[in-house]
Amino acid sequence: MNILSLFVLIPLLMLLGLWLSRNLNQVRGVMVAGSSLLLLTAIYLTVDYLGIRHAEAAAGVTDAPEMLFTASYMWYAPLHICYSIGVDGISVAMLLLSAIIVFTGTFASWKLKPLTKEYFLWFTLLSLGVFGFFISTDLFTMFMFYEVALIPMYLLIGVWGSGRKEYAAMKLTLMLMGASAFLLIGILGIYYGSGAQTMNVLEIAKLHIPMDMQRIFFPLTFLGFGVLGALFPFHTWSPDGHASAPTAVSMLHAGVLMKLGGYGCFRVAMYLMPEAAQELGWIFLILTTISVVYGAFSAVVQTDLKYINAYSSVSHCGLVLFALLMMTYTSSTGAILQMLSHGLMTALFFALIGMIYGRTHTRDIRQMSGLMKIMPFLSVGYVIAGLANLGLPGLSGFVAEMTIFVGSFQNADTFHRVCTIIACTSIVITAVYILRVVGKILYGKCTDPHHMHLTDATWDERLAVICLIVAVAGMGLAPFWISDMINDSVTPIINNLISASNL
Amino acid sequence: MNYLQFFDMSAEVSLIALILIVFLYDLFTEGKERRGFHALTCVLLGLHIVLNVCPGEETVLFGGMYQSYAMTNIMKTILAIGTLLVFLQAKNWLRRDDTRHKEGEFYVLTLCTLLGMNFMMSAGHFLMFFIGLELASIPMACLVAMDKFKHESAEAGAKYIMNAMFSSGLMLYGISFVYGTVGTLYFADVPAAFHGTPMQILALVFFFAGLGFKLSLVPFHLWTADTYQGAPTAVTSYLSVVSKGAAAFTLLVILTKVFGPMVEQWQALLYAVIIITITLGNLMALKQQNLKRFMAFSSISQAGYIMLGVIGGNDLGMTSLVFYVLVYVAANLAAFTVINVIEQKSGKVDMDGYNGLYQTNPKLSFLMTLALFSLAGIPPFAGFFSKFFIFAAAFKAGFYLVVFIALLNTIISLYYYLRIVKAMYITPSDAPIAAFRSDCSTKLSLALCTAGIIALGLVSAIYDGIHLYAFGM
Repeated sequence: MNILSLFVLIPLLMLLGLWLSRNLNQVRGVMVAGSSLLLLTAIYLTVDYLGIRHAEAAAGVTDAPEMLFTASYMWYAPLHICYSIGVDGISVAMLLLSAIIVFTGTFASWKLKPLTKEYFLWFTLLSLGVFGFFISTDLFTMFMFYEVALIPMYLLIGVWGSGRKEYAAMKLTLMLMGASAFLLIGILGIYYGSGAQTMNVLEIAKLHIPMDMQRIFFPLTFLGFGVLGALFPFHTWSPDGHASAPTAVSMLHAGVLMKLGGYGCFRVAMYLMPEAAQELGWIFLILTTISVVYGAFSAVVQTDLKYINAYSSVSHCGLVLFALLMMTYTSSTGAILQMLSHGLMTALFFALIGMIYGRTHTRDIRQMSGLMKIMPFLSVGYVIAGLANLGLPGLSGFVAEMTIFVGSFQNADTFHRVCTIIACTSIVITAVYILRVVGKILYGKCTDPHHMHLTDATWDERLAVICLIVAVAGMGLAPFWISDMINDSVTPIINNLISASNL
Repeated sequence: MNYLQFFDMSAEVSLIALILIVFLYDLFTEGKERRGFHALTCVLLGLHIVLNVCPGEETVLFGGMYQSYAMTNIMKTILAIGTLLVFLQAKNWLRRDDTRHKEGEFYVLTLCTLLGMNFMMSAGHFLMFFIGLELASIPMACLVAMDKFKHESAEAGAKYIMNAMFSSGLMLYGISFVYGTVGTLYFADVPAAFHGTPMQILALVFFFAGLGFKLSLVPFHLWTADTYQGAPTAVTSYLSVVSKGAAAFTLLVILTKVFGPMVEQWQALLYAVIIITITLGNLMALKQQNLKRFMAFSSISQAGYIMLGVIGGNDLGMTSLVFYVLVYVAANLAAFTVINVIEQKSGKVDMDGYNGLYQTNPKLSFLMTLALFSLAGIPPFAGFFSKFFIFAAAFKAGFYLVVFIALLNTIISLYYYLRIVKAMYITPSDAPIAAFRSDCSTKLSLALCTAGIIALGLVSAIYDGIHLYAFGM
């Protein structure tokens, strides 16, 4: 059996196990077993993938296959729909990220109440969609998993959320489903426009879609994925949704689900319709530049911890799309690195915010101060997450943003250069809002007497936080192997885009 | 005349036998003997389904009056399955004191309408088609008015029969135009003489209007909400699924086979009708509080989606339409089974009554959620697949804009389906519906529907099997 199918099979077994389990301990047991198995599988896959690629390089293979571990089973023959799977460096990185976040998310929602079993059922369904999306190479299957990942959000936020949860859940679901309507028509356009006898992305990439079709369907597809990547002005679901969602759901959503957007834009929209991407990319480039700067400025004025982080996510995910649209090898590698880095550090942020909120029962930064003395472990974690976010060398954020801005500046066109310079300002603004929060809530004197007696993190919380910090620091200290892996996989897509610009 | 020809109409013959058995049983039994009546009817109907499940070949009988394709037989099987599910969920209602004595009538009348639909679908002549249509409509009015001492039910019956008669009149008028311009009513001979003259376009429009009433397409939908609300819930579910499926399939076959030469005209007609049906149905559903009215408007917009399979006139469209109806049978009947059982146990049909249902009846709410998700087209449930295929079929024929509008409408529909989910899971309630246990036949109906909702999409064999027999223009 193909190792990739495990990523679908394990969550399915987890769903079955959860359905059968009768008490809290069984539920927890199933979740821990399942999510650790997923993490182990992801690590094994990464090692195996790197091993095969190294062997290929050592043997001097020049026409190495774009994807490894491929398999394809016919599903709906009349429409050439297959269950096709395969991974390249980008998807391997994303799978690893998802597995880490599902694992830590399980521990972050260790004490969640009520209806724990139902919560984990929907949570597992959500992760099933995410994993399925990253292993698919068939447009239909990919789209199906994409939608599987969206709908559990409604109940997860609506039932277990906080604040204006009903409003936020409905807004998020409808906006993302609306985006998927654009996406569906884009997929049908790609399929019928290319005249392909398959829905496999790799096969369609070899064909040419007529330019007049591309002009219609590229914007629709890009927009469809872009909404999930918090593209301005369709980012409004993100702050409300993230602020209202329970901790682990915010982690998974900001950490992984938003990456589906960038991944899809790159793999489907830009790969399959490169001419239109060259011709119409400037529109989206302007929008993403606005995302980057506007998101950062919005974060400065927020007072709710989760809102600050949500707007910071808008800014950082905007940077992903921004770098992809620069269409150079380095910037695209940077974009994928940024997906990884943002996924890890934003998950860390949301986990810590959830833990702090669970103690102080407020997320308003004006009502908190001096937490460093009361809960040192959580506070140090928060500082590390903040430093990663503002791009301190040695942590993951620096690697990603450095690569992005160097790569973007390689695009010698004046318009692109101007956009790059504008986007660069976000680095400074990020520092402003991060340091402001850290200074306000962690240092100084504790003013609220109720906060004096709060306790520090428990073992399950420590486990989640340490895992994420190790990942963030690991990526920052030793980025070379992952960046090489990504760089090789970005090459065919960028080649496609560059040859389209020379036409 | 060769009387053996009757035996080639196996689906109809076994259905008539079934009707006679049920009718005689109803006449000659009383008291304790009737306890097994429901089970007997369901088993016999199940037997009828099993006997006729084989698609068979194309048959033309009685000089072309009756013609049946393999696809027609598949459709007949699907509708019979739908009827069986309706019978299963109707048991609660039929065992009530005020309806107990009408049990036999319910079965016989329902099966008669099913027979009418079978004839309607396999007609080879306009008059044969009309007889089938009437046989499907008139007993339906009795069914709608089955709770005749309830004001709404009687009103619904009157509304239904008025509309049915009016639409029949229109349709006959259209058919007379066909005869006037062509000189024959045989489906096989008509297309050769169709050239799209103004008279024939009028014939098309009147004919379409007649079937549009059955399908409750906008602007022929005005009877739907009141009838759905007033009719007993089991009848409403029958009306929304089986009756609609038969009409949709008939429309598809007649438009492609008989009105084939006028394809440009009817595509233009459908183009407008689909857009307003889906949009208006959805917008009206937004504000409904009564769940049966709500399902009425949702089923109006679903009819618009079903028409997307017709507009392309290709084989993909036919497969997708039949598959859509099959999935719709499973999902809509699951939703109606829940509505029915809750109405029987607690008398609540308003959306507010469902508040906090998950706390007391988690399994029922979960199944309702699956059904609603399937209706909204959310994977991995079957509704997602059927919607995708029907969009693909219309898209293949080049109707990009219609597909796009239909897709945007799925968001509106998601909003109102989620309202029910929200009521069940999120909104707290002081007095939720008390916990209760459903009876076996409701459970069986729900189990079958849920199996359909989950398996129909993930297992591709059914869709592929249907596609083998599909034909286009």
